[in-house]
Amino acid sequence: MIVAEQKPLDEIKAMIADYEKILIVGCGTCVTVCFAGGEKEVGILASSLRMATKLDGQNKEFLEATVQRQCEYEYNEEVAEQIKEADVILSLACGIGVQTLTEQFPEKLTLPGLNTTFLGQPTEQGVWAERCQACGDCVLALTGGICPIARCSKSLLNGPCGGSQNGKCEIDPDIDCAWQLIYDRLKALDKLDLMMQIKPVKDWSTGRDGGPRRIVREDLRLEAAS
Amino acid sequence: MKAGSNLEKVLAAGHFAATGELGPPKSADREVIEKKAGYLKGHVDAVNITDCQTAVVRMSSISVGTMLLGLGLEPTIQMTCRDRNRIAIQADLLGAAALGIKNLLCLTGDHQKFGNHPRAKNVFDLDSMQLLQMVKAMRDEKRFECGEEMEGREPRFFIGAAANPFADPFEYRPHRLAKKVAAGADFIQTQIVFNVPKFAEFMKKVCDLGLHEKVYILAGVSPIKTLGAARYMAKFVPGMDVPDEMVRRMKESPKEKREEEGIQICVEIIQQVREIPGVAGIHLMAIEWEEAVPEITERAGLLPRPQV
Repeated sequence: MIVAEQKPLDEIKAMIADYEKILIVGCGTCVTVCFAGGEKEVGILASSLRMATKLDGQNKEFLEATVQRQCEYEYNEEVAEQIKEADVILSLACGIGVQTLTEQFPEKLTLPGLNTTFLGQPTEQGVWAERCQACGDCVLALTGGICPIARCSKSLLNGPCGGSQNGKCEIDPDIDCAWQLIYDRLKALDKLDLMMQIKPVKDWSTGRDGGPRRIVREDLRLEAAS
Repeated sequence: MKAGSNLEKVLAAGHFAATGELGPPKSADREVIEKKAGYLKGHVDAVNITDCQTAVVRMSSISVGTMLLGLGLEPTIQMTCRDRNRIAIQADLLGAAALGIKNLLCLTGDHQKFGNHPRAKNVFDLDSMQLLQMVKAMRDEKRFECGEEMEGREPRFFIGAAANPFADPFEYRPHRLAKKVAAGADFIQTQIVFNVPKFAEFMKKVCDLGLHEKVYILAGVSPIKTLGAARYMAKFVPGMDVPDEMVRRMKESPKEKREEEGIQICVEIIQQVREIPGVAGIHLMAIEWEEAVPEITERAGLLPRPQV
């Protein structure tokens, strides 16, 4: 899932300083699951902002809405009327949701209430960890299903650097050394030969380095669009 | 001869090599280089110049290497993958070769988190293995990483790589060294050896794999200057193995004699690693203590350096 966390309240207050009627729009997908921007968080943020701005002597109105999936136009149509009423939109979706609202409702400014942090998974209650960097050329078949691009601090492809100790990464004792994990996994699978081969220079052009990416599926496009 | 450097000739002639290290200043002071070079000249076969080690901004490795050439010392420049992509690395190496630099150590590079610009964006377009492959292909196949053929003179380096025998997984380390040899390493400089028995165990596996016949392995050594440094390295430097015995020796030594004890330990380690099969030399890293190099090399019996 896309993992995000809410921006500090002061930063949000500064963003909405010039507006009176603010529509907070949550998203029912990834950010609901990671407790950052679902219906519940929209309610909590609205209450916090009502109190905080009132204490500051400001007269602001906060409207609340949550759509199923803010990254798709059809779900956002549900809040079109509320958007008309508002001075500004405060999105509690990931950056994709923010930009979808921006494109769909260009007459209104959409502000980000969250920081989109990474593609990851909940590893335990209350903890999320990065698992994928969307490099566009998956190497998991060669690394026992553990991603060195996302999980090695240096995105190394040829084994652990000299800073791997006791299974941890040199940059932070809370981070597992991805290559220790890969080594253990490949050993258990009797596939350590994969770690003896040199993995050649990676083609990063399939990742963000190749410029903003898009996928066109002709088989799925509508006749009129093609 | 791959590059015909002094270091390569010393090793090829079968001499026990000694390389040193010079940490560039965090300023534009040429005088610092001249002073440090004075301690190293005549005492080692080549001098490594670090490439912003621990991700702290310092005078660049290639520029200091050029200064050393002028001062009559042979430089080994270091190149990391942290700050440059394949375009910048190849461009800098063409320039380094044109300036007369013949030894190159290829490293992944310390993460910027440790340095003085922890908010920087890192590169890591390549890792050290791929850097070795690229540099070897530039030299031996006259082609750039993209496959394009090089017109004109190719950069010819005696190519080095690092190995850390003490990092985890310990049993994988000799195999990682084998990969570096396959990728193009001509010589290896190891992490600082304090735990000699563990290093010997590593070297035994390296020899079992026949790697000592394919690559020159220089054992990293370093004098400990203070008790604090010993404790710090033992506790806080990942991938560094400082046995309690070393810390104890520093502690039990009177304060005013600790530098001497540090040098004594270093000399003993040099003598011990010299006896380990497969060790072709030592790499003496007297970091910010270059003035200790003449005494260490003298007492370890490494002088005079061979003329080849």
